Amino acid sequence: MRSLIDIQELSVNEIDELITVANDIIDNPAKYSEKCKGKILATLFFEPSTRTRLSFESAMFSLGGNVLGFSEAQSSSSAKGESVADTIKTVGYYADIIAMRHPKEGAPMVAAMNTDIPVINAGDGGHNHPTQTLTDLLTIQREKGRVNNITIGVCGDLKFGRTVHSLIGAMSRYENVKFVLISPEELKVPEYIKQTVLEAKNLEYVETTSLEDAMPELDILYMTRVQRERFFNEQDYIRLKDSYILTPQKLEAAKEDLCIMHPLPRVNEISVAVDKDPRACYFRQVNNGKFIRMALIMKLLEVK
Amino acid sequence: MIIGQIKDGIVIDHITAGHGMNLYNFLGLDKLDCQVALIKNAESVKMGRKDIIKIDRVIDIDMNALGYLDPGVTVNIIKDGKLAKRQSIDIPERIENVIKCKNPRCITTVEQELPHIFTLKDKENRVYRCLYCESKAK
Repeated sequence: MRSLIDIQELSVNEIDELITVANDIIDNPAKYSEKCKGKILATLFFEPSTRTRLSFESAMFSLGGNVLGFSEAQSSSSAKGESVADTIKTVGYYADIIAMRHPKEGAPMVAAMNTDIPVINAGDGGHNHPTQTLTDLLTIQREKGRVNNITIGVCGDLKFGRTVHSLIGAMSRYENVKFVLISPEELKVPEYIKQTVLEAKNLEYVETTSLEDAMPELDILYMTRVQRERFFNEQDYIRLKDSYILTPQKLEAAKEDLCIMHPLPRVNEISVAVDKDPRACYFRQVNNGKFIRMALIMKLLEVK
Repeated sequence: MIIGQIKDGIVIDHITAGHGMNLYNFLGLDKLDCQVALIKNAESVKMGRKDIIKIDRVIDIDMNALGYLDPGVTVNIIKDGKLAKRQSIDIPERIENVIKCKNPRCITTVEQELPHIFTLKDKENRVYRCLYCESKAK
């Protein structure tokens, strides 16, 4: 059966189908309430998470299925030194599908290589987080009515931010998308993403350190957190963590129909005062995450 | 300089001049108890200068590793003193346990049993990336 490790494994048509199903689930939840009856999702979270794990679990319960798993490595046999491969071979006997988060990059791929049931990458270090990207695409589609013909600003940690890398990769496949990459010099988008995605596809992008300068032209502003866990050096984290803080004052120059997104959790990069602004979409984005995961679980389990 | 002919063995030819010792070490030829000759800076019409390795025994060679370390080498298998097979080694699409991933966040840093696999992502610039974490090979 098929797994989802990297968003690039899904074609644009498949992503559009998932968005269509997710929208139908939002409109007709009762229709889907028993689609996965008798199925079990294993949520294997070797790293803490609130939204992703709970949204997977809520998604499976809303499909009539059941959930088992663990929420930190310490409560699994990996604390005793068990390999990912052995853990997955074991879980493969108890569940029909796995959602896995792991601090090490590539761990979900190792999992998928060691089981016949579908594995969904729920985040592997600073690498990939495809269901967050699906959530983001559903949110963009619902807020703007389209995913193409958009200028999107991504702001904050663009070096280690896995959500940003996946989102750039996914949106680069839609027409007429312009990227504005807003970050401190030390946290710019890695060269290989610029070369293999943006430049290889001849896409329009600009890099800037100024959120204020970029603001007026944006249709979407995707804020990210500078993540403490991605730094080996605490001093670097402290120096960079407050680089960008979105406030109502900074939004004065923004478009009336700007869509402000954030994968959450936030620390202080979006002022709480912005929450009241109708352009703040990040909690609606959280809600969308559950529905797109429902659509994905159905697809990978081949449930019609 | 005269180096005798091989009856049954392998000649690795067209090694970029100066790379012969790297291949010698990587292939673990120092551990063989048969005759092995490493010829440095041999004259070559095609390359100007080249290195050559002659091994007086047929051994298993990881052709993908050879292709990664020095694409363009030629491997000649000699049997009964005659050329039995000649293979030009191109740059491989995939290499396994030739180099290690240097990304400290990669799963291979904690799972010691995992093979270190790299795939070719950009042939022109010889860019390989880790199968698991996609980090560029260094």
